[in-house]
Amino acid sequence: MEITFYLSGAIAIAATLMVITGLSAVHALLYLIVSLLAVAIVFFVLGAPFAAALEVIIYAGAIMVLFVFVMMMLNLGKAAAAKERDWLNPGMWVGPAILAALLLAELLYIFAQDGGTSPTVVVDAKAVGISLFGPYLLGVELASLLLLAGLVGACHLGWHEEREGDGAGLARRSGQGGVVADGPSRENG
Amino acid sequence: MWNALKTMWTIFLHMFHRPVTVQYPDEKPYIPPRWRGRIILSRDPDGEERCVACYLCAAACPVDCIALQATEDEHGRRYPEFFRINFSRCIFCGYCEEACPTDAIQLTSDFEMGEYDRKNLVYEKEDLLIDGPGKYPDYNFYRVAGLAITGEGGKNKGEAENEAPPVDLHHLLP
Amino acid sequence: MSELAHTWTNVVVILIFVFSFAALLSWIERRLLGVWQDRYGPNRVGPFGVLQSVADAIKLLAKEDWIPPFADKALFVLAPAVIAITTLLAFAVVPVAPGIGVVDLNIGLLFFLAMSSLGVYSIVLGGWASNNKYSLLGGFRAAAQMLSYEVFMGLSLMGVVMLAGSFNLRDIVTAQEGLWFCIPQILGLITFTVAGIAEARRLPFDLPEAENELVAGFHTEYSSMKFGLFFIGEYVGIIVISAMMVTLFFGGWLGPLLPPLMWFLLKTSIIIGFFILLRASLPRPRYDQLMAYGWKVMLPLTLFNLLITGAIVLAWGL
Repeated sequence: MEITFYLSGAIAIAATLMVITGLSAVHALLYLIVSLLAVAIVFFVLGAPFAAALEVIIYAGAIMVLFVFVMMMLNLGKAAAAKERDWLNPGMWVGPAILAALLLAELLYIFAQDGGTSPTVVVDAKAVGISLFGPYLLGVELASLLLLAGLVGACHLGWHEEREGDGAGLARRSGQGGVVADGPSRENG
Repeated sequence: MWNALKTMWTIFLHMFHRPVTVQYPDEKPYIPPRWRGRIILSRDPDGEERCVACYLCAAACPVDCIALQATEDEHGRRYPEFFRINFSRCIFCGYCEEACPTDAIQLTSDFEMGEYDRKNLVYEKEDLLIDGPGKYPDYNFYRVAGLAITGEGGKNKGEAENEAPPVDLHHLLP
Repeated sequence: MSELAHTWTNVVVILIFVFSFAALLSWIERRLLGVWQDRYGPNRVGPFGVLQSVADAIKLLAKEDWIPPFADKALFVLAPAVIAITTLLAFAVVPVAPGIGVVDLNIGLLFFLAMSSLGVYSIVLGGWASNNKYSLLGGFRAAAQMLSYEVFMGLSLMGVVMLAGSFNLRDIVTAQEGLWFCIPQILGLITFTVAGIAEARRLPFDLPEAENELVAGFHTEYSSMKFGLFFIGEYVGIIVISAMMVTLFFGGWLGPLLPPLMWFLLKTSIIIGFFILLRASLPRPRYDQLMAYGWKVMLPLTLFNLLITGAIVLAWGL
């Protein structure tokens, strides 16, 4: 199990690096999906199968699909890749890289402190539910309010453009795209 | 929703219907006698070519798939020197048969003309000519047409079937 | 050791069975469509045409395996593999009979949902990587359709989870000893069926493919065995959805007299037959109708079902 943990952790880190350095937006998104899947396996190994499944269903399976959807719509070509290459000069990434390195050092320090072994207690769906609707009830309510606001906003945008007549189908579709974004997240909340 | 369920039930009941398929190569379908299939050139009852190379079929053909060249034999009978039908162009409309004044060109009920090589679909006169008179067994163009032909089996003007002798223009009586 | 051997036999036998059944399904489907449309269907190759799928496979393998020069090559090759892998992995959690099944996951149901949601990528990326208008349109449709229907696909199963009190598919089957969940969860069954058809991209919801509008939708540019993988993926998808419907709503392997395995196969075959009947009889909806149907009819229905089930479970403490 240890090997799976470190392997998937390494995959997650490598994939995330590829996300940042990748030039093609769709390829970067694919690496992000791989990274999310790797994180899901990390969750699973750590004894949180429910969280792992939700990670795959909601992040990799729903939200990332929307991202890919939008990327496909934009139809980025070679010009966009060239622009990405311009942005990847050291001046752009040195700052965040130093901050991330500090975080990494901090993490290593913590691991060194208590041996880095976490007690594997299986957190099942029931435990997740109890903690969500027990100590974290306020957070859940706040998140649901936020999502409701998003939902209403998306509905409103879709409705408004539909009344103008021309291009109604497209407007309605994009409006529903907004609803799509919120649907699975509500399930999460 | 109800409509969809009803449709599904109706389709399901079709399980108990007989298939309407005709299993073609095993089971030959009925072909009507006037079917417009492979084109042939027929012969007179006495074995001569019916075609007089009048070009009407080539002119009537909407896809221009018929090509021929007229010539004349020593007895004064016109006949095609070559007669070529490109069946990869032919649409089997039957206009050539309608146009033909001598019932030479006829469409038959054969439709199994598959070829692996497209060139084989160009039929020459040898491929088109059959030995019999086709759909009109007793019809003989030169026996009813008022044209004189010399040689064996020849005839003079006025000797064809139902043909009156030619009018003598130099005579005074009608 | 014997346990390991047992697992591996299970894996190999189930894999071979699923693959060959998926291949055979293309013949079964065409024969059944023929029966329902008053014709014969393929009946030339072998007895009753059983070997038609073998002939198809040989034909597919002999075709030129072409990658368009304008395509995104890596993704173009990856896309068909994803659909085959995700659908086969989804079948791994299906409890075929006691002692038969690949894995017995605690979160089996969620694993199935996760795999079916990852299957979208295959279609979307296949459509995008082909770099062709029709493929891209197919990819768009697939993304929007499968995303929308996934939402209430998961929700429609939550009633079953509440009644069974577990995400484990074997527990769900054993919880149906007295009464199959198709009766108390009739709304869940209806919504899951609709979502399942949409997820498997079967007619009437095959808008990503829609051969009479989009040439062949997302797999317009695919040929040879890459197309074959999409094909196999679709049929394995049907098998998985049918097997899940049997497991979740029709008591899995439960049934009198016949051995459990027979019951499972029988029920699954009937559901697959039902899917084919749907294809034979229903026309494809318009795209906006499909979206409106999903969001305005099916989603409220699933939420209603969830509410009722939750209330009943709470009141009677089932």
